[in-house]
Amino acid sequence: MHPATGASRRHVLATGGLAALSAVLAPRLAIADEKAVNEELKKLFGDKKAEAGKVKIDVPQIAENGLVVPVGIDVESPMTAEDYVKAVHIFADGNPLPQVVSYRFSPACGKASAATRMRLAQTQNVVCVAEMSNGKLYSAKAEVKVTIGGCGG
Amino acid sequence: MANPTPRVRVPANAKKGEIIEIKTLISHEMESGQRKDSAGKLIPRQIINKFTANFNGKMVFEADWFTSISANPYQSFFFKAEESGEFDFAWKDDNGSTYAAKAKLTVG
Repeated sequence: MHPATGASRRHVLATGGLAALSAVLAPRLAIADEKAVNEELKKLFGDKKAEAGKVKIDVPQIAENGLVVPVGIDVESPMTAEDYVKAVHIFADGNPLPQVVSYRFSPACGKASAATRMRLAQTQNVVCVAEMSNGKLYSAKAEVKVTIGGCGG
Repeated sequence: MANPTPRVRVPANAKKGEIIEIKTLISHEMESGQRKDSAGKLIPRQIINKFTANFNGKMVFEADWFTSISANPYQSFFFKAEESGEFDFAWKDDNGSTYAAKAKLTVG
């Protein structure tokens, strides 16, 4: 374990590899970042990279209340038995945990579109990655400005 | 916590080949495991972690929800109506409970 005594939070985070420690010291302050999102993506897809396009994220530019932020996704696909969207993952890179939701679609959906409501702790990027039935990945990103944080703040 | 009550909105009728929107809502606190109580202790996580929708026993749509999903989670998705039948919706709670709802769809 790292001797954290006297170290500022910024320092603790900057030295890296100390997410666990900062979680013990200040669970409310442990916030994910872009790296955490990339790690989650690596767990799901290995080194496969996502291309831009096909994915549309529907989020408000400014969310007054971070507790309830509507989020919709729409992926371009014919949704036939041969060519459909298998899964869609949504991440928020400034929340304590980056995962928001993982969807699994079937050709019976007719279109790869879904909407829910999420919590956002602060102003941050929402990242959406779609996995097609042929294994290709597409992603999109959108920033949401949050006025009042939504994670117990 | 009050017993979670699921609500679903499915059109009763659809034309063959029509793509219909299905909207669902369930009352649930979705305790994130990030909040502290008045004594400063973390409130343990208890969320609905999975939502599934089947039609005539076949999987249509599934969602794995994480702690970032808002309280009283809302979920909408689409379905291409090909034949009449019945939807089965299920919500799985961290505590092991499952909440269920059904809805009939007539295609013609």
